Amino acid sequence: MWEYTDKVQQHFLNPHNVGEVDKPSGSGDVGSLACGDALKLTLKINSDDIITDAKFKTFGCASAIASSSVLTEMVIGMSVEQAAKVTNEDIADALGGLPKEKMHCSVMGREALEAAIADYRGLILPMAEGEVVCECFGVTDLDVIRAINESTLRSVEEITNFTKAGGGCGKCEDKLREILQTTVSSKSEVPVLQVKPKRMTSLQKIKKIEEVLEREIRPGLRKDGGDIELIDVDGDFVIVSLRGACKSCNKSQTTIKEYVEKKLRELVLDSLIVEEEN
Amino acid sequence: MTTANKKIVYMDNNATSQVAPEVIEEMLPYLTEAYGNPSSMHNFGGQTGTAVRTAREKIASLLGAEPEEITFTSCGTESDSTAILSALRTYPEKRHVITTRVEHPAVKSLCENLESVTGHKYKVTRLKVDSEGMLDIAEYEAALSDDTAIVSVMWANNETGVIFPVEEMARMAKQRGILFHTDAVQAVGKLDINLKNLDIDFLSLSGHKLHAPKGVGVLYIKRGTLFVPFLTGGHQETGRRGGTENVASIVALGRACELAGEKMAEENGRVRQLRDKLEEGLLSKVPKSMLNGHKTSRLPNTANISFEYVEGEAILLHMNQHNICASSGSACTSGSLEPSHVLRAMGVPFTAAHGSIRFSLSVYNTEEEIDFVIEKMPAIIESLRKMSPFWEG
Repeated sequence: MWEYTDKVQQHFLNPHNVGEVDKPSGSGDVGSLACGDALKLTLKINSDDIITDAKFKTFGCASAIASSSVLTEMVIGMSVEQAAKVTNEDIADALGGLPKEKMHCSVMGREALEAAIADYRGLILPMAEGEVVCECFGVTDLDVIRAINESTLRSVEEITNFTKAGGGCGKCEDKLREILQTTVSSKSEVPVLQVKPKRMTSLQKIKKIEEVLEREIRPGLRKDGGDIELIDVDGDFVIVSLRGACKSCNKSQTTIKEYVEKKLRELVLDSLIVEEEN
Repeated sequence: MTTANKKIVYMDNNATSQVAPEVIEEMLPYLTEAYGNPSSMHNFGGQTGTAVRTAREKIASLLGAEPEEITFTSCGTESDSTAILSALRTYPEKRHVITTRVEHPAVKSLCENLESVTGHKYKVTRLKVDSEGMLDIAEYEAALSDDTAIVSVMWANNETGVIFPVEEMARMAKQRGILFHTDAVQAVGKLDINLKNLDIDFLSLSGHKLHAPKGVGVLYIKRGTLFVPFLTGGHQETGRRGGTENVASIVALGRACELAGEKMAEENGRVRQLRDKLEEGLLSKVPKSMLNGHKTSRLPNTANISFEYVEGEAILLHMNQHNICASSGSACTSGSLEPSHVLRAMGVPFTAAHGSIRFSLSVYNTEEEIDFVIEKMPAIIESLRKMSPFWEG
């Protein structure tokens, strides 16, 4: 059972602004039946560029319906310029939060809003130009990069929660990891220096990581019959390999993210990203 | 049944079932005064040993088996793993396993691990199903090989209730000298089973699906079958499964099996009629709805119905408002993004797979409840369809 906030439940059980506005000024269609959710958003915009009405039609789960409903409420009364700045985080916040596996529902809301505004302005969305990475859900590299930057995503799992990419056949996982690495490292070149004035040399970093693995992490894993080995450190990416019982454990991803990465971020460098060797 | 003074209409018995009052009554003494360890030398412990023995006899009787063929485990999943891994350890030179595309995760995940974790040392054949969820016996026959260590095929599917011809399949395996396991978690108590005359080597069952508590299961191991334990430890279960016996739950399972035997006719009579009424009512009252799974080769309690152009989680949460409990094969109920592997294997189109609801009844359901669900469902589906961009209503 999902833990939905009261706000999500209210908007799901009694959604506002269901339907289509008459002669819409802008209309946005995103998602598909195959994907399991889809949203058609229609906007009425007056001569002062103010959104006077918004209606939705949604096929999807409770969070998809609630996200659509709260989105229409948010944008009515906004100028087109203001509405163009609404992010998926704004939508999720307005609902008092969404379970992380459901964040893609808020992304769908933002995408529909963008599509409707572009339609009103007679523009073609930049997303249409991207290259499709996830074929199951038709997600492009630009969609993924945008989600990584806007919601500070740091793992493939998070990318799936937000964009659905990688949630079908899983064939694009390597590609997603690649995009994540490039996006994060290109972003971190300048700003990380500002945030982290104290830079470690690679050698210092590796030594420190080994130390923390040995002292803080291995004893716990060994108690469960497992172990961990450091394979490589490439910038902020720490590549490890789980051994023994950890290797066959279906919680290995959680072990790496919730335990190993948390500890290394806490004790070595908070920008570290731990990945398991393939 | 009530919680917080609200009447619950429980139609999710393939997920778990109500513990029968008679079962609770029988198990309670073993949670209170009779707390001895069956392995102890004193009479105080010995009396629990007697209780375990009696339970074993009752379970064997329901299955048409011998008491010594019954080994207690903690759940259906443990029984499944024990059987399959035992076969692989017994025949280490054999590297092939046959199963189906529609198994419960207990078997499905284990088989996936056999391939990936062992570095593809094992080869797994997953038999296809047709649009009604039925197997192709010719494909099965062709898949059996000298390299096959074990066949693991569920007796009845948890999502659709479709029944597989495991008796015949076990016979075919036997002729080739191949071990046969069946996950009968959904079948036991609903179908008449007589293992004595069958070639099934291993059978898994789970207590909480037949009105016993959670946390107890059984692995039937046919007499004469070579066996390597999964959980080693003490000498409990004649060395087949270490760990102190879960006495109270074992006693409960014994009583539950006894009751299941007594109620088998009701399950296949009254419960089947209720299920048929529900199914016919919904299919006739809700347009664009369809049954998933074979019409007749099916458990008497299960109806899996797809409502096109709406999404399962949304349906379930509306049903929840009326305290109706059921399940969905929708991706959104599980956190995965792909709908049920069972429905996809059957080729159910996405329009319908996302909107599937499984109703699974028990002897505790009443006609009044069926009428209530038939009354409430059309409005729920209609309200969601009005919201759906794909519905031209």
